[in-house]
Amino acid sequence: MMNPENYLILAAILFVIGALGVMLRRNALIAFLCVELMLNACNLAFVAGSHITGTLDGQTTAFFVMVVAAAEVVVGLAIIVSIYKTRRSTSVDDANLLKL
Amino acid sequence: MNTLLLPLVTGAEVTFWVVAPLTILGALGLVLSKRAVYAALSVAVTMVGLAALYASLDAPFLAMVQIIVYTGAVLMMFLFVLMMVGIITPDSTVESLKGQRVMAILGGIGILAFLFFAIGGSLYNEPATVTAANEQFGGNVEGLANLMFGRYVFVFELSAALLIVAAVGAMLLAHNERVRERKGQPELAADRMYAYKTKGEHPGSLPNSGVYAGSNAIGVGALLPDGTVSEKSISQTLALRGATIDPAPLTQVTGSTFAAIEAVRDEDED
Repeated sequence: MMNPENYLILAAILFVIGALGVMLRRNALIAFLCVELMLNACNLAFVAGSHITGTLDGQTTAFFVMVVAAAEVVVGLAIIVSIYKTRRSTSVDDANLLKL
Repeated sequence: MNTLLLPLVTGAEVTFWVVAPLTILGALGLVLSKRAVYAALSVAVTMVGLAALYASLDAPFLAMVQIIVYTGAVLMMFLFVLMMVGIITPDSTVESLKGQRVMAILGGIGILAFLFFAIGGSLYNEPATVTAANEQFGGNVEGLANLMFGRYVFVFELSAALLIVAAVGAMLLAHNERVRERKGQPELAADRMYAYKTKGEHPGSLPNSGVYAGSNAIGVGALLPDGTVSEKSISQTLALRGATIDPAPLTQVTGSTFAAIEAVRDEDED
């Protein structure tokens, strides 16, 4: 078995790319996909961590993260669709009703 | 998984070095591509790559779940929403906060450095494996089931509650109530007669779109006797989208043909 450090570094790189996407992109859908990417990076770290500890707890946690991610996608997409219905835009800059 | 292809190079290692660049490329495609569809498709590359990595990490159950849940369900849902919501709207590149882009990139580098140091500081370079844990109950799925329905059964129940709440919440959020009553045929007819009574509008059917030698598309307006375009002959939706076709060049062809015929007739009469 190869060194699990490589997997953790890959997870870190993917996480940072996802975080950059959330900060840089204006389209709410793409920002949301970037959040998914960050969750996936965490999952990879969990699975690699399961290897490091030699137990299956990490894989179980990754499974629960997937469940939470699925629920999050459902609600988030519903919010994006309902914002699009009222404002005709998916840009995160246009949803500014709470702005002073 | 651990069969030696070459001395000191295992199958997992080959998988990693082939798949890891692909996943990073997919992630970069997500952040850099202008069109939302390309972004979604490059995420699919990343997610399939991660599934391959899970498989090489002795987690076959998670690999399958990754493909089914992420590339199968989540990404398809994203593509459906993209289909409904602004597939052509390009991302605005205007910075709404001054210097935000530079700060974001600096922050990203900071997070990366932090994670690298955190990983470097906490790792031991001992090759580890999860094979023993997999074999304990006869397989990866059985081992996971033992944990999920044993130690983590309460979390499992909570995630069930979370899923049902999410489904109901999404239904509530995406549902739109009718603000006013839907107009049926009798109401529309009454509206037309009312418009006829008050404004004298013609209650019958609207005029056809224009029919020309070169085109009879529905976007081409018909001409009134005085030569202007009749606005009623074009669908309102097309007019709002600006998808109408100017009939002037189309009438020009007919006009020039008529002129040619007239010229020949004039010559004959001379």
